[in-house]
Amino acid sequence: MSQYVKKDDDRDEEAEYSPFSGIEKGAVLQEARVFNDPQLDSRRCSQVITKLLYLLNQGDTFTKTEATEVFFSVTKLFQAKDIGLRRMVYLIIKELSPSADEVIIVTSSLMKDMNSKTDVYRANAIRVLCRITDGTLLTQIERYLKQAIVDKNHVVASAALVSGIHLLQTNPEIVKRWSNEVQEAVQSRAALVQFHALALLQQIRQNDRLAVSKLVTSLTKGSVRSPLAQCLLIRYTSQVIRESSMNNQTGDRPFYDYLEGCLRHKSEMVIFEAARAITELSGVTSRELTPAITVLQLFLSSSKPVLRFAAVRTLNKVAMTHPMAVTTCNIDMESLISDQNRSIATLAITTLLKTGNESGVDRLMKQITNFMSDIADEFKIVVVDAIRSLCLKFPLKFRTLMGFLSNILREEGGFEYKKAIVDSIVTIIREIPDAKESGLLHLCEFIEDCEFTYLSTQILHFLGIEGPKTSDPSKYIRYIYNRVILENATVRASAVSTLAKFGAMVDSLKPRIFVLLRRCLYDNDDEVRDRATLYLNTIGGDGSVFETNKDVKEFLFGSLDIPLANLETSLKNYEPSEEPFDIRSVSREVKSQPFAEKKAAAKKPTGLGAPPAPTSAVDTYDKLLLSIPEFSTFGQLFKSSAPVELTEAETEYAVNVVKHIFDRHVVFQYNCTNTIPEQLLEDVTIVVDASEAEEFEEVATKPLKSLPYDTPGQTFVAFEKPEGVPAVGKFSNMLRFIVKEVDPSTGEAEEDGVEDEYQLEEFEVVAADYMLKVGVSNFRNAWESLGPDFERVDEYGLGPRESLKEAVSTVINLLGMQPCEGTEVVAANSRSHTCLLSGVYIGNVKVLVRLSFGVDSAKEVAMKLAVRSEDDAVSDAIHELVAN
Amino acid sequence: MEYCPLVKNILLLDSEGGRIAVKYYSDDWPTNNAKEAFEKSIFTKTHKINARTEAEITMLDSNVVLYKFVQDLHFFVTGGDSENELILSTVLQGFFDAVGILLRGNLNKREALENLDLILLCLDEIIDGGIILETDANVIAGKVASHSVDSAAPLSEQTISQALATAREHFTRSLLSG
Repeated sequence: MSQYVKKDDDRDEEAEYSPFSGIEKGAVLQEARVFNDPQLDSRRCSQVITKLLYLLNQGDTFTKTEATEVFFSVTKLFQAKDIGLRRMVYLIIKELSPSADEVIIVTSSLMKDMNSKTDVYRANAIRVLCRITDGTLLTQIERYLKQAIVDKNHVVASAALVSGIHLLQTNPEIVKRWSNEVQEAVQSRAALVQFHALALLQQIRQNDRLAVSKLVTSLTKGSVRSPLAQCLLIRYTSQVIRESSMNNQTGDRPFYDYLEGCLRHKSEMVIFEAARAITELSGVTSRELTPAITVLQLFLSSSKPVLRFAAVRTLNKVAMTHPMAVTTCNIDMESLISDQNRSIATLAITTLLKTGNESGVDRLMKQITNFMSDIADEFKIVVVDAIRSLCLKFPLKFRTLMGFLSNILREEGGFEYKKAIVDSIVTIIREIPDAKESGLLHLCEFIEDCEFTYLSTQILHFLGIEGPKTSDPSKYIRYIYNRVILENATVRASAVSTLAKFGAMVDSLKPRIFVLLRRCLYDNDDEVRDRATLYLNTIGGDGSVFETNKDVKEFLFGSLDIPLANLETSLKNYEPSEEPFDIRSVSREVKSQPFAEKKAAAKKPTGLGAPPAPTSAVDTYDKLLLSIPEFSTFGQLFKSSAPVELTEAETEYAVNVVKHIFDRHVVFQYNCTNTIPEQLLEDVTIVVDASEAEEFEEVATKPLKSLPYDTPGQTFVAFEKPEGVPAVGKFSNMLRFIVKEVDPSTGEAEEDGVEDEYQLEEFEVVAADYMLKVGVSNFRNAWESLGPDFERVDEYGLGPRESLKEAVSTVINLLGMQPCEGTEVVAANSRSHTCLLSGVYIGNVKVLVRLSFGVDSAKEVAMKLAVRSEDDAVSDAIHELVAN
Repeated sequence: MEYCPLVKNILLLDSEGGRIAVKYYSDDWPTNNAKEAFEKSIFTKTHKINARTEAEITMLDSNVVLYKFVQDLHFFVTGGDSENELILSTVLQGFFDAVGILLRGNLNKREALENLDLILLCLDEIIDGGIILETDANVIAGKVASHSVDSAAPLSEQTISQALATAREHFTRSLLSG
């Protein structure tokens, strides 16, 4: 009721008048008794219903009894002959959404109205009845509804059709029987009837592709009048095009002419729908795109904001896939930067950032600088993200873009905005080595005056990793130590850790860092003091804490190799005693799921939250494997593959395998999940048949003791292989285990188990498993610096291929290398393509590949492969990969 | 329903963001609190913008929202992220113009509340469960007006007793509220 109290206050001030001032539910419910009067006063009743609707609209609710009571008295009003009152009765019945047994009371009244001579009654009675009815009643009124669909009064027909669309969700089998009538209504001369009929007809037939295709074929010949129906037809046409393009070889797209014809329709709504449909065609060519872009460009200079918005939003999407096609609109886009509507301006800017060329960056940044000051944070974040992508696209422009980012970092802004900027700078530092020093200094300046503890600590952490590797680490110390003097305890503790990292990595700074760390021993926060003490002892110690320098670095920079959840459990279980807590007692068995997540995160190292290097998934696996004694002697892990599924989805046991490649060994990590609640598996092993992998010899297995329901576990099998050789082979697998029945109610397993086996799919170790995806930021420089000494060039015929795109991605996958500079994207319908790849081959040999593809009219693909590497043999090996 | 243009809600708010009449057709806002939160954020986002000559447009939580203001009335129409903006725009224009006709040009909150029944019927004639029923303002207003002979008809067309009743009512109302 606060709403009304507030209204009263308002009235005191400005005498605002509302017919509903002081309205109160109880009183209105009392008033509703007039519905029961023998002599009905229609006006009065209408007013009371309006009041009831007002209450509901304001968010008031009626209790079940109240609603029932109102409903019953409302049903009495069907006696009144007043049209206005009847309309209000219809409205309130819909709002009260009566229960099934209540519906029966009004059914006969509504059915009478459905057959009334007054069209208004008929149309509305249909809508109300269909809204509140259930399936059983529907069969009774079906006959009337079918008649209504083809009624000559279009309001009645529309009411029946729209009701049909709603009923199709709940009673599809009944509505589907109306398709003849609906078909007839599609031919109606009334614009909206045609629209509603078309909507219903398509939904009735949506699972019958042929029928939808026929519908589209007949209607696109031009019998559709209403713009809304035309929009619908365009949507259906796109669907038909989507489904038919897969089996159409000739290249001419069906129905494209229809879509293009719609671009000349007199209604803007239809023009826009068609333009949008064309831009969303899969594999759209620039020739197809041009007419759509042209009409959208006209919309850009419309006086109506809605048109400008719709056009710029669509062009923004097109710019992601076909930036060149949108460049023709650049001049119009630039004028939109000053658009009053900031949503339009932001979309225009981000589009420009996507389509701009390298030379235009400086000018564009100048325009954006003026724009940034007067938009809200949410828009700014969008712009910052676009600038980050731009910087990665044009690495040579990093100075301008970094400068822009550092400027906006200094201005006012909320946390999310600042975080977006910091994340962008961090990404740029990681991707563009030349940007590192200036980027780090910008971050340093930012933390000098940063109000967000989270960002300060994250930046300090990042500084600790990257700072010591720069040419002059000492210049960062001042910024870091300032934090120790000026900030809150959390940031101070973080700064102490960062100082320690500098001390450990840069010997020349060590003595000075010690002076600073000793000062921290007098800090008034215990965490800060503890950290300082710890680091003084580890780095500067006499060897009592750590024996070697390597251990120190491992301690400072290594990540915690124990799952935090396990550590937490162990710490909770630890009881204070003479014996100190031993971290080695914590279980390292990790659930396989988090790995997958970490891998996903590692693929996209954006910002501070991401792991420090793309190899971190390997790091995690490395730790896991090192913790298993059998494998600890294998040396440095070279590469871990993505998991390969060995079972179909939704089988009893789900197993996937991760291939770990070492110099002289491979280890298969089988991640198993038991999906049967009534079973407990014990002594789970994998029996591997390596008869089709001649160069491999099995050396060790590590079984899994127990595999309860829905708790993933790992078992391992290790093979020896010739050193440094990229041996390949096929492995077939059998899951062997002892199964025990589990009582689902108690969760207890039976004593005795039965031995059982489960056949898994086979998998291969392929050449790509020996290739690490490592990108280079500037392919050309890297290519030049490797030199032509070990260059091998040859040409290959790949035979007929589905498309150039498919051929390119096949070769990339075959080689398992990292595509550089976005060259993995093949422009649609192009005849040739050059793809740049980089990677590190087993034995830590850097490899660069330049692939040139060409395709002829018979879809025969030819490829020229140029390899440069640090080793003759490796260049040859790459060629062998392809030759096979 | 995936192909049919859908409207998620239609709102008529006052100059402080308070509800005059609202209608939701989507499950995106299941509770009254969620609805009020949506109304609050869209109002805060738009109320300073001059949407009085042309309808304006913005995005909010992956919805497209179109709006147009007149005096102390704020009209909104919301559709999904991928909805054709121009279709939503005709809905907004239809609603806006129909209300204008029904209130006989007196577009303000007081008039709107006094004729709330007409506004609610108007919403009912524009959208049925998210599906567009009619967008032509004259047709919408025509359907609504023909249904409410007593209150919308000019005084001359009312019978003497009805006119007296109306007058009496206006008199009592002003006494009560004064």
